[in-house]
Amino acid sequence: MEFTAWDRVRIARETDRPTSLYYIEHIFEDFMELHGDRNVKDDPAIVGGIGFLDGRPVTIIGQQKGRDLKEQGERNFGMPNPEGYRKALRLMKQAEKFRRPIVCFVDTSGAFCGIEAEERGQGEAIARNLMEMAGLTVPVLSIVIGEGGSGGALAMAVGNEVWCLENSVYSVLSPEGFAAILWKDGKRADEAAEVMKMTSEHLKALKVVDRVFAEPEPVHVDNGEALAEKMKQAMIEFFKRYDKMAPEAIAGERYERFRHF
Amino acid sequence: MPKLNSMFKKTTYITLSNRRQSIRQDALVTEKELNPAEVSEQPNVPEGLWKKCEKCGAILYDRDLEKNFYVCQECHHHQRISAWTRIEQIADAGSFEELDAVMEDRNPLDFPEYEGKLAAMRKSTGLNEGVIYGLCTIHGEQTVLAVMDSRFMMGSMGTIVGEKITRAIETATRLKLPVIIFTCSGGARMQEGILSLMQMAKTSAAVEAHGRAGLPYFTVITDPTTGGVTASFAMLGDVILAEPGVLIGFAGQRVIEQTIGQKLPEGFQRAEFMLEHGFIDKIVERKDLKQCLFQLIRAHRLVNKEA
Repeated sequence: MEFTAWDRVRIARETDRPTSLYYIEHIFEDFMELHGDRNVKDDPAIVGGIGFLDGRPVTIIGQQKGRDLKEQGERNFGMPNPEGYRKALRLMKQAEKFRRPIVCFVDTSGAFCGIEAEERGQGEAIARNLMEMAGLTVPVLSIVIGEGGSGGALAMAVGNEVWCLENSVYSVLSPEGFAAILWKDGKRADEAAEVMKMTSEHLKALKVVDRVFAEPEPVHVDNGEALAEKMKQAMIEFFKRYDKMAPEAIAGERYERFRHF
Repeated sequence: MPKLNSMFKKTTYITLSNRRQSIRQDALVTEKELNPAEVSEQPNVPEGLWKKCEKCGAILYDRDLEKNFYVCQECHHHQRISAWTRIEQIADAGSFEELDAVMEDRNPLDFPEYEGKLAAMRKSTGLNEGVIYGLCTIHGEQTVLAVMDSRFMMGSMGTIVGEKITRAIETATRLKLPVIIFTCSGGARMQEGILSLMQMAKTSAAVEAHGRAGLPYFTVITDPTTGGVTASFAMLGDVILAEPGVLIGFAGQRVIEQTIGQKLPEGFQRAEFMLEHGFIDKIVERKDLKQCLFQLIRAHRLVNKEA
């Protein structure tokens, strides 16, 4: 199907597009959610915990948009606060301690912009995730399943590999924000989406993502099982690669991946 | 008369004085530069000898201002200064050795009109890009020093800025030196899109490796530091200093106001606010910065020697 960049932005944002919890349920066995940043609170915009991938224990963290209006409100439309990123980091450090691989599902329009988010150090929380993730000695796989918006997405996407779906988008800023800043006209978002090169084929060409999963038709909650199964098999193969790799080499590979940008 | 000729051959003096002069003229981001259209109808302050304080509007004699580290004598506002002026204030005289001074243009997204914009910025600022880095001494202590310059596309971080910052940190790791970064940035460079975003991960990874080698990293937040620079290397210093009154934040103030539908309180995202909320270590006046950085390097050197 021929979609414009702006079509893809809209598809990536659709409410019936599978969220992190959908893939967690369909790919992993016995997922147990773990809560809280051990500092101020639990951020429902990010879910995290432990599950099994074909018998292998893994830590799974995902930004969770709502599947209906009520859940969207509870989860702040998947826009995390600093405590969400700190929870994610806590779970990643825990994974490293017990040598579990890490899977991150990225799906956010961006980190939340609010007074309290700034007071609690949104910038610091994202920065620390970028730095700490760079040094993790267990493999990290990040998958952009819908929207990858700015630093708020990157804070869970410093992976050994980054994958995405055909209709996922990943960008420095929303096309609306981009148009507002550069052209002082937020309504030119469709045009912005084109020049920003935020769609999967561009992301692959720029080496921002390593692998794109085809969506023969846009994935939604009623047809997502085949895709989830494909993703699961790819993950199993992916993590096997690291079984014999030294911890420092795993971190070193990630450093090189981002060094060439 | 070969002898007489060579007596006048002190070309270094000539370039130096030329540069100094241009530094002085560039030293302040005048209102005109910030927004030429709006200011053109207001009364003009003559260029050169006098400068108008960005904050209180006081007319200040340029020479006095320079002596006072470009801090307004009337309201104590720390004016924005160029990277070269900053280097003169911090590095020991003649010690700064710039690295990777010229790096080639990149237009990774083939963004329309971007090359022209870069060329125009180079011409108007005399800078190659939004950051300068190199080796220097501070009261005799060796360090890597990187200074961002807000005049170059608001110090926004594209691939070259990210690369220079990364190389600054990697150079420090290789030479086992501290690294000091003066930040000021409007955030990511829009014209380089997603590749600007990747600079946040690249620079933060370099900080991680430097830290793992047991080496100290100090950031000095200057006005303004926002967006992707705040959310990467600016907030990762072992010690984070800030000049008084500077703006530090992740989200832009207008964006926050639009999101929450209310006005922001006075002083929101200023250095004092960030100190109160625990995100910076210390607010340091510009005249004391060099001494403060020297003291920090010394304190961390002792620790390193014992280890």
